[in-house]
Amino acid sequence: MPAPIRLRELIRTIRTARTQAEEREMIQKECAAIRSSFREEDNTYRCRNVAKLLYMHMLGYPAHFGQLECLKLIASQKFTDKRIGYLGAMLLLDERQDVHLLMTNCIKNDLNHSTQYVQGLALCTLGCMGSSEMCRDLAGEVEKLLKTSNSYLRKKAALCAVHVIRKVPELMEMFLPATKNLLSEKNHGVLHTSVVLLTEMCERSPDMLSHFRKNEKLVPQLVRILKNLIMSGYSPEHDVSGISDPFLQVRILRLLRILGKGDDDSSEAMNDILAQVATNTETSKNVGNAILYETVLTIMDIKSESGLRVLAINILGRFLLNNDKNIRYVALTSLLKTVQTDHNAVQRHRSTIVDCLKDLDVSIKRRAMELSFALVNGNNIRGMMKELLYFLDSCDPDFKADCASGIFLAAEKYAPSKRWHIDTIMRVLTTAGSYVRDDSVPNLIQLITNSVEMHAYTVQRLYKALLDDISQQPLVQVASWCIGEYGDLLVSGQCEEEEPIQVSEDEVLDVLEGLLVSNLSTPVTRGYSLTAIMKLSTRFSSLNRIKKVVSIYGSSIDVELQQRAVEYNALFKKYDHMRPALLERMPIMEKTATNGPSETVQTNGETDSTILDTKHLPSISQPASQANDLLDLLGGNDVVPIIQTTVPTKPASAGGELLDLLGDLSLTGGPTPTPASSVPMSQPPFLLDGLTSQPLFNDIAAVIPPMTAYNKNGLIIEFTFERSNPNPNIAVITIHATNSTEADMTEFVFQAAVPKTFQLQLLSPSSNVVPAFNQGSVTQVIRVLNPQKQQLRMRIKLTYTHKGSPVQDLAEVNNFPPQSWQ
Amino acid sequence: MIKAILIFNNHGKPRMSKFYEHYTEDTEQQIIRETFHLVSKRDENVCNFLEGGLLIGGSENKLIYRHYATLYFVFCVDSSESELGILDLIQVFVETLDKCFENVCELDLIFHLDKVHNILAEMVMGGMVLETNMSEIITQVEAQDQ
Repeated sequence: MPAPIRLRELIRTIRTARTQAEEREMIQKECAAIRSSFREEDNTYRCRNVAKLLYMHMLGYPAHFGQLECLKLIASQKFTDKRIGYLGAMLLLDERQDVHLLMTNCIKNDLNHSTQYVQGLALCTLGCMGSSEMCRDLAGEVEKLLKTSNSYLRKKAALCAVHVIRKVPELMEMFLPATKNLLSEKNHGVLHTSVVLLTEMCERSPDMLSHFRKNEKLVPQLVRILKNLIMSGYSPEHDVSGISDPFLQVRILRLLRILGKGDDDSSEAMNDILAQVATNTETSKNVGNAILYETVLTIMDIKSESGLRVLAINILGRFLLNNDKNIRYVALTSLLKTVQTDHNAVQRHRSTIVDCLKDLDVSIKRRAMELSFALVNGNNIRGMMKELLYFLDSCDPDFKADCASGIFLAAEKYAPSKRWHIDTIMRVLTTAGSYVRDDSVPNLIQLITNSVEMHAYTVQRLYKALLDDISQQPLVQVASWCIGEYGDLLVSGQCEEEEPIQVSEDEVLDVLEGLLVSNLSTPVTRGYSLTAIMKLSTRFSSLNRIKKVVSIYGSSIDVELQQRAVEYNALFKKYDHMRPALLERMPIMEKTATNGPSETVQTNGETDSTILDTKHLPSISQPASQANDLLDLLGGNDVVPIIQTTVPTKPASAGGELLDLLGDLSLTGGPTPTPASSVPMSQPPFLLDGLTSQPLFNDIAAVIPPMTAYNKNGLIIEFTFERSNPNPNIAVITIHATNSTEADMTEFVFQAAVPKTFQLQLLSPSSNVVPAFNQGSVTQVIRVLNPQKQQLRMRIKLTYTHKGSPVQDLAEVNNFPPQSWQ
Repeated sequence: MIKAILIFNNHGKPRMSKFYEHYTEDTEQQIIRETFHLVSKRDENVCNFLEGGLLIGGSENKLIYRHYATLYFVFCVDSSESELGILDLIQVFVETLDKCFENVCELDLIFHLDKVHNILAEMVMGGMVLETNMSEIITQVEAQDQ
């Protein structure tokens, strides 16, 4: 069998291969030769073969059949064999193979070898790929070597110890005594690795950390070493671009950081040296900047005095202006870390950061974007938003999603006015519409419904945007929802903020129908536009056209559209009397997790008579899903029946009876005491922020006289009025129920219903027992939203148990004082 | 901790690869390919730091690279290493190679892969920086060669 070719030859041959297939062929041939050579157990050439195998492994070809050979090489006495063997072991083996355990004995012998290089090899391999079992066995040897005077071995042993600690944390204690003398070495290599070892120990175990702080007086030692490094003149062996051993300096700074974090004494000891390093290091080369960077990070983390912190931030500011991109990147990263704690200081550099947004470098742009979002606050929101919107226009698609969400969040928190907020949202939707996240559509819709006075303006702008471009789905979805909701405002041309545009009903319907047929619309968008067309049937007068559209889609291929169209058709045909009530304006949606007890919720497409029941939305539902629920309800989703079944049956039946009695009045109210416990008293944001169960008193309230609403059988119900501060359309009525008979009235339930143009909210009563002889009263708060300022009428229903027998009564309340609803 | 050290040329062919964390062979090759993709797209005048690819740990790890003539030297590190320090380390590594091979070029690396590994083993052990003193490293390597 001819001698196997040398590694060099092999490499040369492989390089001559023109194609991948040729290369593979050559390698396979060579592998076969190597395999047969291994089988022959030839010692002389084994080393060469394994070297070739390693090369092939690097190129990506399988080489695991060489693992055992590596072991044999390690066991041999020749140094070159050992070297290749260990290298092979490091590259080919790892702890998942069982073969590596065989190495343990070899390594043990080699650790005690006479030649330091062999020992070094063994340490190296153990440090790279030692498994936990190996580490446990050999830790003692490593520890012994840590104490030798041979600096070459000492530094290797230190790093090996680091690896051992990582694999088997319990062994940390074992290395503790050996670390005592480590820092008094002169050899920088040993110093460096010892610092690494100490760092690892401190990071892993807080006990070690406190031990080092107190007992070992580590900090003074480190400070001394650092000082020597800076003060000593030029030392050629450790010099890198004019600074002596920057690597060691950086490591020491890092260890100081860990030691000083949260500890006052240590931090104080370090202050001087940190200031010295910060001022003396020259910044013309990367090296100096590396040290400064580390210093800044350390100053930020420990409890340094404020002068030092200012110095650190200034250094970072200087970094930002540096021409070198690396430095700027590093500065932006560290500013991001410090912006939480030193917000004001970072604000000073805001303009530079915003300039970085325009940088060509992708990494810098990303960092600058994150930092800009962190810096946005109430004062600079307008300026920052302009920059951010410009950035959104011009940035890569990867950024657009993050940037858009960031802009939404910032706008929500700090918007100076509603109009500005809506404008910003519009801008984002039109520029980056397709990258906006899915959950932002419901959020936006909720935001729009909340800003009641902006409805006309919003729908007008959305309509105009829709005319321009229907390709961006989130924009289209929001726009079609708004047109469906506020189409009457659009057509009537009442808009205070802008020039009203003249739009006819047909034009609007054209646009919506265009959405339905366009190829650009996703199925979700089509659903939105179909529902919008349906909603317009109550707001517009061109019913026939709408009916036609809806019936066409009754046979659409898309099941979702088909279902909606069929149900809407049913509405037109069989349930036309319910249609206006069903397609009323949506109430303002809540953002908080809990609701007032009665929210007018509208369902669609149900064909049984309990359609108009009020529902308690389960108060545990999340806000986002709640907004989704409300939206989905209009879409006739499966969510609806689920909500229906979770409603306690008592209010449902009560609602049902009232429905029969009240005819065309829409139904609200009717909380029962039992669910009241699950509905806490937190209020929706638009009504009386911060209101507790006590109504607010203000000047207007004093003018509205209280009135007696009901007086029968000893039960007297009085209404007192207040106006809510933020929203003058809302009247807050508190009922006081008193009982002048000689027996208590228990299980007292008060329910109320108002005409369609009102919205009513009934909060939980103070109790459901009205004590006898006027000893106390039950109070309950009603809120009435009266946007059209019509005369308030109310029908009330009372149920209670008196002297053991249940009593029920209905009454109508018409004598509201005019001030309460004007 | 340094997760991996890769050297590859302008066409993506690996010239040296050392991983300090265990990956399967396929993953290793994939990492090399992915890293090459990310690094080769970079302009000359952008900064030398990149967020890591998905395979090698994603957003936790950074790729710090330097481009010398036809070779890319890429160090994949996690957040415990100083980025600027690693840049310096790459410089020291290349200068050491230069001293050992006398004006090192790509061919030297190709034909003396084992020597490159030995030099690296003197500098970085188990993902941690062992020695940064160039003369020290060279002395050790030469002593071992005898």
